[in-house]
Amino acid sequence: MSERLHLWVNGQEVDLPVVPGEMLSDLLRYRLGLTGTKIGCNEMECGACTVLVDGEPILSCSYPAVRAQGKHVLTIEGLSKAVEETAKASTEESLHPLQEAFIKYGALQCGFCTPGQIMTSYALLLRNPEPSDEDIKTALKDTLCRCGAYPAILQAIKAAAKAMRTGSPVEPPAIPPASKPGKYVGKVHPRPDAVAKVTGRAKYTDDLQFEGMLHARVKRAMVPSAIVTRIDVSKARALPGVVAVLTAEDIPGEHNHGLVIYDWPILVGVGERVRYVGDALALVAAETREIATQALDLIEVEFEPLPVVSDPVQAAQPDAPKIHPNGNLLKHIKVRKGDVAQGFAEADVILEHTFYTPMHDHAFLEPECSIARPTPDGRMEVYVGSQIPYADRQQIARALGWPETRVHVIGQLMGGGFGGKEDIAGQIHAALLAHATGRPVKLLYDRHESLIAHPKRHATQIRVKVGAKSDGRLTAVETELYGDTGAYASLGEKVMTRATTHSSGPYEVPHVKADCYAMYTNNPPAGAFRGFGVMQSAFAIESIMDMLAERLGMDPVELRRKNALRVGSVTNTGQVLRQSVGLLECIEKVEAEMRRLGGPNPFEPKAVPGAPHLRRAWGFAVGYKNTGLGGGAPDKAGAEVELRRDGTFQVRTSSAELGQGLPTVLQLIAAEELNQSPRRIEVLLMDTDLTPDGGPTTASRQTFVTGNAVRYAARALKELLTSELSERYDVPPEQVRFVEGLAQINGRTLTLQQVAEEMMASGRPPVTSYTYWAPATRPLGEGGDMHFAFSFAAQAAEVEVNTLTGEVKVLRMIIANDVGYAINPLGLRGQIEGGAIMGIGHTLTENFILKDGHVVTDRLARYRTPSIVHTPEIISFVVEHPVAEGPYGAKGVGEIVLIPTPPAITNAIYNAVGVRVDRLPVDQEMICKALNNC
Amino acid sequence: MRFWNAYVLARSIEEALDILSHTPGPALPVAGGTDLLLEIQQGEHEPVHTLVDITHIPELKRLEQTEDHLFIGAAVPVSRIAESPLVRFHALAVAEACGQIGGPQVRNSATLGGNVAHALPAADGMIALLALDARAEVASLEGRRLEPMENLFKGPGQTALDLRREILVGFHVPLRRSHQASAFGRVMRPQGVALPILNTAVWLERHGEVIGDVRVAIGPSGPVPRRANAVEAVFRGRPCNEETFAAARQAIRDSIRFRSSPLRASAEYRYHLSGILLEEVVIKAWQRTLEPSVVEAV
Repeated sequence: MSERLHLWVNGQEVDLPVVPGEMLSDLLRYRLGLTGTKIGCNEMECGACTVLVDGEPILSCSYPAVRAQGKHVLTIEGLSKAVEETAKASTEESLHPLQEAFIKYGALQCGFCTPGQIMTSYALLLRNPEPSDEDIKTALKDTLCRCGAYPAILQAIKAAAKAMRTGSPVEPPAIPPASKPGKYVGKVHPRPDAVAKVTGRAKYTDDLQFEGMLHARVKRAMVPSAIVTRIDVSKARALPGVVAVLTAEDIPGEHNHGLVIYDWPILVGVGERVRYVGDALALVAAETREIATQALDLIEVEFEPLPVVSDPVQAAQPDAPKIHPNGNLLKHIKVRKGDVAQGFAEADVILEHTFYTPMHDHAFLEPECSIARPTPDGRMEVYVGSQIPYADRQQIARALGWPETRVHVIGQLMGGGFGGKEDIAGQIHAALLAHATGRPVKLLYDRHESLIAHPKRHATQIRVKVGAKSDGRLTAVETELYGDTGAYASLGEKVMTRATTHSSGPYEVPHVKADCYAMYTNNPPAGAFRGFGVMQSAFAIESIMDMLAERLGMDPVELRRKNALRVGSVTNTGQVLRQSVGLLECIEKVEAEMRRLGGPNPFEPKAVPGAPHLRRAWGFAVGYKNTGLGGGAPDKAGAEVELRRDGTFQVRTSSAELGQGLPTVLQLIAAEELNQSPRRIEVLLMDTDLTPDGGPTTASRQTFVTGNAVRYAARALKELLTSELSERYDVPPEQVRFVEGLAQINGRTLTLQQVAEEMMASGRPPVTSYTYWAPATRPLGEGGDMHFAFSFAAQAAEVEVNTLTGEVKVLRMIIANDVGYAINPLGLRGQIEGGAIMGIGHTLTENFILKDGHVVTDRLARYRTPSIVHTPEIISFVVEHPVAEGPYGAKGVGEIVLIPTPPAITNAIYNAVGVRVDRLPVDQEMICKALNNC
Repeated sequence: MRFWNAYVLARSIEEALDILSHTPGPALPVAGGTDLLLEIQQGEHEPVHTLVDITHIPELKRLEQTEDHLFIGAAVPVSRIAESPLVRFHALAVAEACGQIGGPQVRNSATLGGNVAHALPAADGMIALLALDARAEVASLEGRRLEPMENLFKGPGQTALDLRREILVGFHVPLRRSHQASAFGRVMRPQGVALPILNTAVWLERHGEVIGDVRVAIGPSGPVPRRANAVEAVFRGRPCNEETFAAARQAIRDSIRFRSSPLRASAEYRYHLSGILLEEVVIKAWQRTLEPSVVEAV
């Protein structure tokens, strides 16, 4: 068609030929290069693609570009410009007050949803300059943030609205500093990448374009269990525009990948076995994504179907079909302490119950994307947002049959990870295609493919038996867990080990026996997911603790206090806790606030005046989570710190930023050690050529492990500079001091530029590196320190249950986390609130449903993550029981924040209406039936 | 992906009908496209050659009061309907329903015409139009006609309109007289598909202390949307009290066959909810009949 499309984008006239089938988001992103508009789901669910058309927010992913004919489109890139016409510019960057408020309030983490959040909020403020909380929740109902920044977003919008109404600057949030703040650590600082993220300039992998780049797609089995009998790619190869079609026989190197066990085929070949619907059979690279997609349909595949193993208990039956040659048992994990028979014999009360949790999808808003690009020197660059860049390098090299150093992984901003970007996704596939074609290849998953292919949270069945004396003291805990690790091992053994060792809760129990069976099934693989197995076992143990309290006629808080781990306790794996056990203080903080808000009997049901069908009550739960890999695994991270010619510093490590705030933490640590303001410190992450290995970003370990590496590298640099200057100017080292941008040497002052220049000129580059080894741990079963630190938490949730319909709402939450030390209070607040919101999602909205190995929840419309309307009022306390080896005493925070949330909510439901939820997510129909006998 | 070959912005009904009936390949009218375009994008719709966008046709964007009815154009975004003081006065159930379709951004594109043409048995806007006794204005090459809402559906997701020859122009909703009122409500579940477990719209007229004329629509209560006639019969001439509601609940059990949908709700749960929701919505409408000048805050 020769028609033209004429419209205005951010005030500029645009005149382009019409492209059939083009959506407005494609036009903006790929033809105009306005990549601030993001595609999270491409199915009108997530709101990331929100732009304004003639002043109204619309979803550009499903808005035909042609429909914008003659209209005015405003994107995030145009917002700062728009502000100049409507309100005063508030900083030197002339950010819109909304952009400024989002930064100040920490209303962004991974940043992928941020443009959509800001554009939706902007449209709201255009119509309503003084929105209430309800107005904001209504307007942002379908603009999802998987990091769960909703409380901060709400506050940021109100602060921006006020600034716009009054013309005064955006008021800062009230976030307390650490108990003992340093000059920089322990104080509120904005993220270093915040301005890029609120203006749409931040680049994620799909925002990158390369000359001559091809587009890849993957042919997936879409049957859960079968032998491949035939693959014919000839028609696909013949399609004009297709450049390469690869099958298993085209893999130059090793055929399997995997993080621990190489059991996952890169491509399943003819005669080989399909073990889940997402197994890859063939790869296509074509000139356009559209052609690549067409080619998939031309690939002919035949299967010989095999029986499907669809749940872990079935998988453990002796006659179950074998999924892997060695059978279906990935690992039998055991915890033994004392003698449970004796413990139960001593008990006055014994309770036993079985609990169930489903698979969950990470639903990071940025779907997986990799770009592989061959370089003229014979290497392969891979651009990807990955939680373990060095493992990617190793696995890609292995598949290519190359030495690792020929592969260069260049980490990109990640639109959320939560554990779901630890396993290889498209990295190997993109590299194979780039290798075969000699051209850059982009492999972008759509949401459908992301939901089907990547590893999930383990579904579990957990039987718990507890024994206690009549005064509440636990005598024995016995647990039996079945974990569904799906088709491939991924991190299944590690995850289920954590589930097992945490399955008797943060309590000192004399007799413990735990057995876990991590089973292969024909479901999608299960791997790492924030909470790493502990979310599941905490639901079981914290539910039965409330059941036990009721049986004993004891206050549930008192029962927990009585048994809580404290300094000197021995854990179920035989570890003596010598320091940093803040659980009792967490319990006290939450309890006091809960009784202040909920009265002396917060667990008693209360009717809502004027609405007799609504019942409210509070529920309580606690949790703990290890920091670091533990179990005897070497846990180390490398970091470099360099003083550059321009007098600024660069911190380098391959550790990953998924949105959680690592760059802020590392920046603040380096600033503190070097006595320089954070703006003089740049943090470079995730590049296997430029940054030393920081290890996997998992297990809440990076603040501790990489934080320490940076701290010691920065100290070493300071010492290096000091000794160099003291030698050169012949003064004792004590007379060398560093202040902002300057070195002071006994009355003489040099700028840091001069220091850098002088050192480089003398052949002593001002750069130091440090590899930090975390304290050694011991394997499970050997006793001693299985982990070098634990974080602790207590949470209370107030729910409202509709006794007529069974509907449940979470109204308020009170949270206390012992994190050792709050290095980055703003980011910490985001983790705390975001974790609780993810926990609410796991309890109320999320359910990854499979039927005979097929994914039912294969669209975001079917897998629902919590939105701002599910966001309660959250009151949080930071408890700081420092761990001596941690940086300034800090330990992990990323996972503990969600662990107590599901049982706190389900315990509250029980307290409100007397219905025990033993299966996640909460089923309102089940509650209704229990209450109404229908 | 190339989801279509041609996307035409029609400027008049005649032009739209002309293109639809003369295009070589499969052709469809599209308004907000919030259902249709998704189905096409996800490969759940047969291929479409030409999409005829009707959202630029002025007549379909009208929302106005005429002498004897309220006219809501088929291509008016539901966000505008939800906030329209005219609709809120004359057909509050329609405004309430439109305010709950999709999310805020979707509502700026989605239209009542699309909601009806998609023919799902529990589409919120459509259920409200049924209770309001709206008639659909249909344009074809032969001319215009008014159809009762019930005539527009053939099966779940299947419209009775011939979309190659016919276009929904808009909906004629009777004006509200004194002592008349309407209301809408629904129950969702937080997991899974974003479709209501159950929705209910009620229009009624108050005769002193009893309900006079009344119309009830409950979705999803069968393959095609329809009024709950047996339930309406219970209410007519009876006071708005528990005894009446008990009879209405019984009438639901006797006359409506709810289905169990594995991921949304069992039939039993729907029976239970339907009584609760009906009572809530009828009471809301009943109370509104006493507030003749009510225009809820926009």
